[in-house]
Amino acid sequence: MDPIVRFENVRKAYGSLEVLHDLTLRVEEGDVVTLIGRSGSGKSTALRCINGLEKINGGALYVCGRALHEANVDLRDLRKEVGIVFQSYNLFPHLTVRQNVTLAPRKVKGLGAAEANQLASHVLGQVGLSEKADNYPEQLSGGQQQRVAIARSLAMQPRLMLFDEVTSALDPELTGEVLRVIEKLAASGMTMVLVTHEMAFARSVADQLVFMHKGTAWETGKGEILDNPSTPELRQFVGSGL
Amino acid sequence: MFGLTIEQLGFIVRGAGWTIVLSLLGFVGGTLVGLPIALARSSNNRWLPRLSAAFVQLVQGIPLPVIMFVVYFGISIGGFDIPALVAAGIAMTLYSSAYLGEIWKGSIQAIPSTQWEASECLALTPVQGFVYVILPQAVRVAIPPTVGFLVQIVKNTSYSVVIGFTDLTYAAKVINNATFRPFLVFTIAAGIYFVICYPMSLLSRKFERSLKRS
Repeated sequence: MDPIVRFENVRKAYGSLEVLHDLTLRVEEGDVVTLIGRSGSGKSTALRCINGLEKINGGALYVCGRALHEANVDLRDLRKEVGIVFQSYNLFPHLTVRQNVTLAPRKVKGLGAAEANQLASHVLGQVGLSEKADNYPEQLSGGQQQRVAIARSLAMQPRLMLFDEVTSALDPELTGEVLRVIEKLAASGMTMVLVTHEMAFARSVADQLVFMHKGTAWETGKGEILDNPSTPELRQFVGSGL
Repeated sequence: MFGLTIEQLGFIVRGAGWTIVLSLLGFVGGTLVGLPIALARSSNNRWLPRLSAAFVQLVQGIPLPVIMFVVYFGISIGGFDIPALVAAGIAMTLYSSAYLGEIWKGSIQAIPSTQWEASECLALTPVQGFVYVILPQAVRVAIPPTVGFLVQIVKNTSYSVVIGFTDLTYAAKVINNATFRPFLVFTIAAGIYFVICYPMSLLSRKFERSLKRS
């Protein structure tokens, strides 16, 4: 079977600043891949390329059977299959939790109200927030808001989920509840790519760990690469206690 | 009453009625033209933002009474004889659409771009994202300054006096010419303007407070 995500010698630059340099990377269906690395190593950019938020400048990128490096790719169609959760949640503040979750299934997939609400109950149950369906985002804690954002993505029943530093904006005592939801998703077989600074989590949840450095996959492997880095850059990164 | 006859007072009150009619014309016309302008101003198209910006700059760079003259006499030169109400209505539409367009453009742009990004990533079309995500939030931002601008519209209808439209100001002028009691007559006019405008100012401030609370 083809991998669900395939970067082949991908290059991405903002003007003269090269953010991704010759990046090659594969994500197999059902796998959890975590991207780690310093700020500016290109991990968030790589993630945003996967659902077309950033356009690549060179190489080839295949996601869910589509060639994103081609000009006529239908990004909207791609995004029905690829969900993303952001660091800053980006919930819709004027809508209740339930409305946040049901908006896209109703408008994009044409679900009826009853069907969509049933779906909302299901995904809110998955993130442990069934009782908050009628609240507005501002009435929730950061951790709860982030879990709603995950539920909103799940409601589109994606094949692949992307997580962009989803706990970075949270207080330390709130990160746990979000990480547990992601762990549960991983255990259920969801294909996921995560960018994270939580090293213990990155290691425990990942089937594949990718250390990004200078815009490329510098070192790739199981969690053990953190114990025995084969490159001095990863050794230094692990040693810095990040 | 106040040393004026009932007929004279009635004339002033009828003038006030026309002021309200002209204000409504200005607001409705300003909305119909201003909304597309706000959309054009915030669009990603190559030409629409420039064209609409040029219109706004042009209108905002000309005093309203001059717009009134240009519309009124411009249309008559074209061979059409139009009532002062229509000319004043067109001028008020031009004027308020330029300002309302700017207010609403600002309200749309006040919504963080991450909201666009989030709706895009949920596979909503740009139109769906605008209608279901951006617009409801932009409307809340827009209400206080819009109601505030209504006050400007009401007050600025008084410029229609220059083309002889019988609004409140013009009616007061006519009665003053007949009675030679300028202080009394214009104080009455001022009082009526205030009674129309003050509730709207209050409303605008109330909306602003409730927006800040949430």
